Amino acid sequence: MIALLLRDLRLATRAGGGFGLSLTFFLILVTLVPFGVGPESGRLATIAPGILWVGALLASLLSLDRLFALDHEDGTLEQLATAPLPLEAVVAMKAIAHWLTTGLPLALIAPLLGVLLHLPGAAMPALALSLAVGTPALSMIGAFGAGLTVGLKRGGLLLSLLVLPLYVPTLIFGAEVARRGAEGAALGTPMAFLGAITLGTLALLPYATAAAIRVNLR
Amino acid sequence: MLWKGPNGPGGTMSIWEYANPKKFMQTSGALLPWAVGLSVVTLTVGLIWGFFFTPDDYKQGSTVKIIYIHVPSALMAINAWGMMLVTSLIWLIRRHHVSVLAAKAAAPIGMVMTLIALITGAIWGQPMWGSWWEWDPRLTSFLILFLFYLGYLSLWSAVENPDAAADLTSVLCIVGSVFAFLSRYAVLFWNQGLHQGASLSLDREEHVADVFAYPLWTSIAGFVLLFVTLVLIGTRTEIRARRMQALLAREKLS
Repeated sequence: MIALLLRDLRLATRAGGGFGLSLTFFLILVTLVPFGVGPESGRLATIAPGILWVGALLASLLSLDRLFALDHEDGTLEQLATAPLPLEAVVAMKAIAHWLTTGLPLALIAPLLGVLLHLPGAAMPALALSLAVGTPALSMIGAFGAGLTVGLKRGGLLLSLLVLPLYVPTLIFGAEVARRGAEGAALGTPMAFLGAITLGTLALLPYATAAAIRVNLR
Repeated sequence: MLWKGPNGPGGTMSIWEYANPKKFMQTSGALLPWAVGLSVVTLTVGLIWGFFFTPDDYKQGSTVKIIYIHVPSALMAINAWGMMLVTSLIWLIRRHHVSVLAAKAAAPIGMVMTLIALITGAIWGQPMWGSWWEWDPRLTSFLILFLFYLGYLSLWSAVENPDAAADLTSVLCIVGSVFAFLSRYAVLFWNQGLHQGASLSLDREEHVADVFAYPLWTSIAGFVLLFVTLVLIGTRTEIRARRMQALLAREKLS
């Protein structure tokens, strides 16, 4: 499992892996928002948590269609499916590798981008924390969508149509944590829900994803 | 494809008999005229009763009458998804083709019901709330439900192998149900509601007046019958389409 994780991380970080692409996308999105809504700092500060969360959602979506597709094309996925390691574990590892290369970096640079959007300094820890806790759920849900569409020729657009509605609860609680952080309110309840969603998806969705991949490999 | 139903323990009738396409076609063919007739009658009675023979509300005027379409369609939009969940589970567990074809047939109907509920709600909301759309938890959950229907249907049309499509959409339906349920309660957390509470409830705490409730129950019955009729027709069409494919495949072989 560790070897698989390391392999995926290595593939993602070396040339053509797309690592950094989602970070760049995140930066571009944050740059474009003020052009769309105007540069007043008050308005930007109120929408900043939401923008950063929606940005994280879209950025994690970018690299999803490659999650299983590349391995499917060169036959690695078949090898992994017949390996002694359960396919559920393979799926979970791939989702974690996806999170380590997209979600975690996003959470780390989010405070920096928050500065661009005039997010008050006190709100930074809550924002980074909500992204760090919430984005693993995004990667796992995305892996489920990628598993459903892995055999399809034009799966990319369908993938976003399937995955984005599933992101709703995570987005609601994640943005709520960030918003409450900006207002200085207590974070406990939405944070607990966000953590519960992340843990629940990590525990259950590998089974659904592995089932979908088995159907697609049949 | 040619799945033979078990006769149940000791040869008695069992619900699984209808998983046999031939048996299903026979029974549904006999039921269909009755289902069509009954749904036409109850819908006509319920809607005409509701539209022309109930008083206007003292506050809402005649816009209250939209309830006879809005509430039944919203009810069916949710129940259609519930039916798809049950039939998808039956497909995954017992591999009955009729079951998953019924789920496939129910999806577009449920989607249209969701759309009807959203549109009638908007038409009512414009004079009453002063806006076509509010980000109210109930409205938002319905919009999300609509997106789930869209995703489910597009997955059906995207996968070429019919059995793989059935498996994948069933898995999506189950996972989607969990997330739809989560979203329903997450949006409560996110925004306070403007939408009124339940129009019909058994404990009669908050309730529409009887004069509105009886025609409402009638049109709900009409919508349920309409849904059953449409699902039967849709499932029969799907079974016929499968038979046609089988015939074409056989022709190619010979």
